[in-house]
Amino acid sequence: MKIKFAMVACAAAVSVSAFAQTEIQWWHSMTSVNGEVVNDLAKNFNATQSAYKIVPTFKGNYTESFTAAVAAFRAGNAPHILQVFEVGTATMMASKGVTVPVGKIMKESGVKFDPSAYVSAVAGYYTAPNGEMLSFPFNSSTTVFYFNKDAFKAAGIATDKAPSTWPEVALAAAKLKATGHKCPLSIAWQGWTQLESFSAWHNVEFATKGNGMQGMDARMKVNSPLHVRHIENLANMAKQGLFVYKGRSNVPEASFISGECAMMTTSTGFYGNVKANAKFDWGLAPLPYYPDVPGAPQNTVIGGASLWVMAGKKADEYKGIAQFFNYLSQPDIQAATHQRTGYLPITTAAFQLTEKSGFYQKNPGTDVGVNQMIRKTTDKSRGIRLGNYVQIRTIEDEELEQVWNGKKTAKEALDSIVQRGNDLLERFEKANKS
Amino acid sequence: MVERHPLLDALSHLILILGVLMVAFPLYLTFVASTHTTSEIVQAPMTLLPGDQLLENYSTAWNGTRKGTGSKAPVAQMMVVSLVTALVIAFGKIAISLLSAFAIVYFRFPFRMFFFWAIFVTLMLPVEVRILPTYKVVSDLGMLNSYAGLTIPLIASATATFLFRQFFLTVPDELVEAARVDGAGPMRFFKDVLVPLSSTSIAALFVIQFIYGWNQYLWPLLVTTEENMYPVVIGIKRMISGGDAQTEWNIVMATALLAMIPPALVVMLMQRWFVKGLVDTEK
Amino acid sequence: MEKRVVFRSSWLPWALLAPQVTVIAVFFFWPAGQAILQSVQQSDPFGTSVEWVGLENFRNLWNDPTYLASFYTTALFSVLVAGLGISISLVLAVFADRIVKGALVYKTLLIWPYAVAPAVAGVLWLFMLAPSVGVVSYWLRVLGVDWDPLLNGRHAMTMVVAAAVWKQISYNFLFFLAGLQSVPKSLIEAAAIDGARPWRRFWTIVFPLLSPTTFFLLVINIVYAFFDTFGIIDAATEGGPGKDTSILVYKVYYDGIKAMDLGSSAAQSVVLMVIVIALTVVQFRYVEKKVNY
Repeated sequence: MKIKFAMVACAAAVSVSAFAQTEIQWWHSMTSVNGEVVNDLAKNFNATQSAYKIVPTFKGNYTESFTAAVAAFRAGNAPHILQVFEVGTATMMASKGVTVPVGKIMKESGVKFDPSAYVSAVAGYYTAPNGEMLSFPFNSSTTVFYFNKDAFKAAGIATDKAPSTWPEVALAAAKLKATGHKCPLSIAWQGWTQLESFSAWHNVEFATKGNGMQGMDARMKVNSPLHVRHIENLANMAKQGLFVYKGRSNVPEASFISGECAMMTTSTGFYGNVKANAKFDWGLAPLPYYPDVPGAPQNTVIGGASLWVMAGKKADEYKGIAQFFNYLSQPDIQAATHQRTGYLPITTAAFQLTEKSGFYQKNPGTDVGVNQMIRKTTDKSRGIRLGNYVQIRTIEDEELEQVWNGKKTAKEALDSIVQRGNDLLERFEKANKS
Repeated sequence: MVERHPLLDALSHLILILGVLMVAFPLYLTFVASTHTTSEIVQAPMTLLPGDQLLENYSTAWNGTRKGTGSKAPVAQMMVVSLVTALVIAFGKIAISLLSAFAIVYFRFPFRMFFFWAIFVTLMLPVEVRILPTYKVVSDLGMLNSYAGLTIPLIASATATFLFRQFFLTVPDELVEAARVDGAGPMRFFKDVLVPLSSTSIAALFVIQFIYGWNQYLWPLLVTTEENMYPVVIGIKRMISGGDAQTEWNIVMATALLAMIPPALVVMLMQRWFVKGLVDTEK
Repeated sequence: MEKRVVFRSSWLPWALLAPQVTVIAVFFFWPAGQAILQSVQQSDPFGTSVEWVGLENFRNLWNDPTYLASFYTTALFSVLVAGLGISISLVLAVFADRIVKGALVYKTLLIWPYAVAPAVAGVLWLFMLAPSVGVVSYWLRVLGVDWDPLLNGRHAMTMVVAAAVWKQISYNFLFFLAGLQSVPKSLIEAAAIDGARPWRRFWTIVFPLLSPTTFFLLVINIVYAFFDTFGIIDAATEGGPGKDTSILVYKVYYDGIKAMDLGSSAAQSVVLMVIVIALTVVQFRYVEKKVNY
């Protein structure tokens, strides 16, 4: 009798848990290698428990995936987890009733969650002023400096220490040009590297209200004397052929790989590409800075994306999401993801684990980005949160291009960025006030 | 043409070769890129001569054994989805447009021109602008993740109707008279006279619509949430890393060329139909 | 423009039209109406805070000097793309039609590029024309041209026009070929017997008979240049340098899909739609008179 009852109970339990596997839809934009990382993370998490099943779906690049999510939300069938790029943070935050803060979910599902375990410069970008984490930092990169050691040697520049200040970069560029180099310096993601990260790195405001973290009435401040000075320097370098403009976003990276340009500021994410395809000796160093600016170097700003949790789902599903995020934060999982993709580790523990394993020694340069971020942040350097930011980035590209081709001065262009940017910020504020 | 002018012939060949070079050159580059390793491609400028990786790249692409995962199933599955989508769109569009153009040209009825312009206006608003509300309609009708959702909304535009209208207007009235005299009704006329006459236009449209359906990207991305309903173009796009991570260009190009084979076959088959249509109209 | 001989039926035309009309009513007019409604609203992307703002979106457009400048850019771009696209493909089709040896090869090679997926085609053009790494750029530099579409507006415009025309050549070629092959050989022969040379024959017989196809392609190419080219701009220049290649539809696409500013995008679509409808009406009224049916 007892055995029968036990068997019945077992059967009941099995059937209940078979029924209870909750599916959690995760829409992402990770391609090639990174896409495989996503699939593996989901697969491994699913294998550790049977209550929840994470289902990752590639939904196109960040823009396309966002469009799909908007369409789905309006039709009532949004995914549970959505990967959104960093410039979309303000939009996600401002939309009422669309997302649920990650901090809230973690707390309500009783998962142990310690915000201080996360690297401040990484998680702070996605945290509300009151300390509540809004979205889960997933793939974060930051701005660094790559240089071609072989080209340096050919120009008679020492390669044991990379140029660390902008004056040193200008000097190296001049030496390279003097020995016939066609493209001493180029920059990728110019808005991100030369304006946003530049500001944080020098602990100056990019926009008021803590770069927008503290309110939607933030306005741009990117035409300050320091910014004008820097863009003017670059413009002069352009005139002398020391800096050659090679395009927007990550297009210029190809010219570093090919050996055409000897120095480049771009993302840590470029590392894997360089390692695999550069046919010369190269190095990775922190972003250059102006040594006469007090407080520099502070920390750089992240790029990449985070995971947002969409509203309107069942309580049980939120529990599953919380468990998944908890799983992702485990130091060994984090460390493995960091090492495989080149994205920054989001917890200090993961960083320390990677350090202990000797990964950074075996792969020189992979710790540069992390070291720029493992610092205490200030109000001016925690990150950027401005509305309509996709458009503002484009404005930055448009105006800077006109500086590089001589149509505008640095001051005119930066003033224009501020003016056009503020128009957009005003509209964003108005549109989201109700 | 009637005479044989050797000079004119030579000129024709020259111009055609120039044309082919201009038009097919990017295609040639795709082929070249698919026969090298990725490093060779990224080192600018890429050489114009084919490399030695042809077999390797193509078998990798077909078997999906790229660095890491990827399996055979997705490629084959995606080709099937693309094929069904393309065929349904091509046939569907041609069918409904033949009927509509026939009605508009060969009948008199109230609001006739209104309907023509209503159909025509569908060319005037690009898909991307109305994509959010269209998605909602499709979702409300329960057509997500289905071939119906993938194809029917794309049949809506007017290109085919417009083309058939142009063509029907050139058909001599005598033919209609003759049919009437024979006692044939409108549908007989349509089936036995008009459709055969339109064969070259139908063939041209079939090529265009098949390729249009085959190359769909944004709409399937939105309308399907299950990756097993993805057409092959999404698979290709997915290999192209938007960020800084390594894109295996050689495999991407090889896959793109493989994915081009069905449309290319369609083009070649339709060539025959052109000639056949020509022979028929000589009567 | 009107058929003199028609069929009589009270119900048949409606039945014939029904499939297409149903599809476009459900999948075009209904969503399009909603999209246009957005032009008088201001909302966040998710639709949670929607506000009626009347003509404010339109007023913002009018006050934006860069928007007004893009009218000129669009006009230039469209004329170049439609004009070059049609003339080049007509030349190719005429010559492909007249030769016998190797006809199939030429025709296949000229149509096949149309089969390249737009995603791949965009990347290819970038490959070829990218200032540093592009094969074509390399050879241009060898020839002494300082090719820099990143900073030189005219170079950028050349690049996008070339890419847009390239994509359309196969399309136009296909239809011209179909049109040419439905020209009755008997007419050509009769004219030849009368002593007309090929050039004369072309302009007095073939071209007029080809005019329905040409008219069709003219309308389609203009619609294409106005509405379907944003993908090329996005892949090649993103509207740059500055705003030198920012055509009207690119801003529509950019605002609607990338920036998620649905109100502004809808307002721009309305403006664009009005322009193209006006252009089309003009074409039907004046150009179609010259078309021989």
